[in-house]
Amino acid sequence: MKLLSQKNHFLQRIFENKMTIFSFIILAIITFACFFGTYLPFIQDPNIQSLNERFASPSSEHLLGTDELGRDLLSRILFGGRISLLVGFMATTVAIIIGVIYGSLAGYLGGKIDALMMRFIDILYGIPFLVLIILFSMLTAEYAQIAGDWFIERGFPENEIEPLINIIPLFLLIGAIGWLTIARIVRAQIISLKKEEFVEAAITLGHHPSFVLFRHILPNIFGPIIIYASLTIPDFIMFEAVLSYLGLGIKPPNSSWGVLIKEGSNFLETQPLSLIFPGIFFSLTLISLNFIGDGLRDAIDPKSTKKSL
Amino acid sequence: MKLFYQRLLHGIIVLFFLITITFFAIRLIPGDPLTDEKSYPPHVREKIESFYHLDKPLITQYFYYLSNLLKGDLGPSISKQGKAVVEIIKQAFPVSLFLGTIAMLIALIVGIPSGIISAYKQNSKTDFIVMTLAMIGICVPSFVIGPLLAKYIGLNFSFINVAGFEYATDWILPSITLSAGTAAYLARMTRASMLDVLSQEYIKTAKTKGASIFRIIILHSLRPTLIPIISFIGPTFAALISGSFVIETIFQIPGIGQHFINATTSRDYFLIQGIVLLYGGLIIFSNFIADIIHLFLDPRTKKA
Repeated sequence: MKLLSQKNHFLQRIFENKMTIFSFIILAIITFACFFGTYLPFIQDPNIQSLNERFASPSSEHLLGTDELGRDLLSRILFGGRISLLVGFMATTVAIIIGVIYGSLAGYLGGKIDALMMRFIDILYGIPFLVLIILFSMLTAEYAQIAGDWFIERGFPENEIEPLINIIPLFLLIGAIGWLTIARIVRAQIISLKKEEFVEAAITLGHHPSFVLFRHILPNIFGPIIIYASLTIPDFIMFEAVLSYLGLGIKPPNSSWGVLIKEGSNFLETQPLSLIFPGIFFSLTLISLNFIGDGLRDAIDPKSTKKSL
Repeated sequence: MKLFYQRLLHGIIVLFFLITITFFAIRLIPGDPLTDEKSYPPHVREKIESFYHLDKPLITQYFYYLSNLLKGDLGPSISKQGKAVVEIIKQAFPVSLFLGTIAMLIALIVGIPSGIISAYKQNSKTDFIVMTLAMIGICVPSFVIGPLLAKYIGLNFSFINVAGFEYATDWILPSITLSAGTAAYLARMTRASMLDVLSQEYIKTAKTKGASIFRIIILHSLRPTLIPIISFIGPTFAALISGSFVIETIFQIPGIGQHFINATTSRDYFLIQGIVLLYGGLIIFSNFIADIIHLFLDPRTKKA
């Protein structure tokens, strides 16, 4: 019998989980369509308005119909999806960076500093996430405007800077608030790894603490971090949509799935499709991301396999 | 009892930091409550600033706010002139609290039993259907569920209203919409927790000695199953009440969420602080209650 390495075991368990594979395929299709499908010839410009074609039904010309200004809905969904996916992914990256730095500092330094750093996290946990985000969205919006003006004054094209002013603060904001749980996970992992013999050996050998941290400890907690991160991406995409729905996130003319759903719900009574189509894309993406996250977690921690579908 | 005081003290410290951080954070943001479309002439502006003590140094304002807070005064609202923050909260909070409570009850009544059934019939068709529904409940956002419910249920049954908050029937759609995500999450958690318990040795013993299914579920596994869920309920309840931001927008309910969004966009310092304080207090309080219930359900935590 062939002995499988730990990595092969991991891959084998993922491939055994049909739901994960299926979700992965769906997610890949949606992502690919959002980023590359927009170059297909039958996808129109999302900003072209044709007012005599308002709320057209799905047809060969407009596959999913048009919105209240006669813009092609499919095209808007694909371009909006770019922003939603990008915000979810970038916000997670920001959250991982902050969480890993904070958590490893707390866990590695230990003692009073650790206790103090963890109390700070407790305090932030004491505020609902949405309240924090809304509170700080004012702050980031102000500074983004100032930064944007600075770039425009120095001759950068305004129409390229304008969307960035809207999008960059949003993922910085979501990431800067969503790092708490990652920091806790990293800290707990580091504390347990610090007691391992190979780490103690490295310390006894006289290696610099930062070398021990980067060479011996962090590579070992990479797995749990990635898995947790894959579970936060759907949450962050949801936050973006909620913020956009409340009018505090992505603002027109930029669009995201949240913006499209909001616009669709305004005309729901007569034009339900303009809410249902973006809603389907949004929900399918979130469901796939959740199943993938579950599958990854189960694959790395076989004990939990029986817990989820 | 020692744990009780320890928790209480911890809560007060967290609340204090929360007040301090919010106070300074919102004042460090460029712009102030008096900057909006209509610009005031300088002398009027000075008068308004001195009325709200905005012309004093920050630190003086801070202590002034703290001393008022101890008297139970949260300050005046700046954007809604002539109204105290306490007054606004008194008017709007019961609405949000009521909505959150009903939604929580629905979530508990739907979520926990379906989680238990799903766990007991693990890997069956029922399990698959319940868990798929749960995943949909988590992933389809309330602002898609809400409008769809309003259109396909609200407009077809004349006794259900789709906006407002006056009659009992007005609550049906908002509370169902609000509870969907939580019910789904609870079902998944209950299932996971129950499966954990069902794999324990003492459950196998109970099965071998011939105890009935109901006896095993109700008598042997319900309590340990619920323990991890109790500690989840506290934060969730608080999240439900703040989660009603979106629901309040969809169904035009005059709750606290609307006030908070308006307060942030108009930089109404006192109103923002008041509402953040309210939410912080709510989370701390619900965690506190969850800890107490935990203590009764799981005597082992007493020793720890």
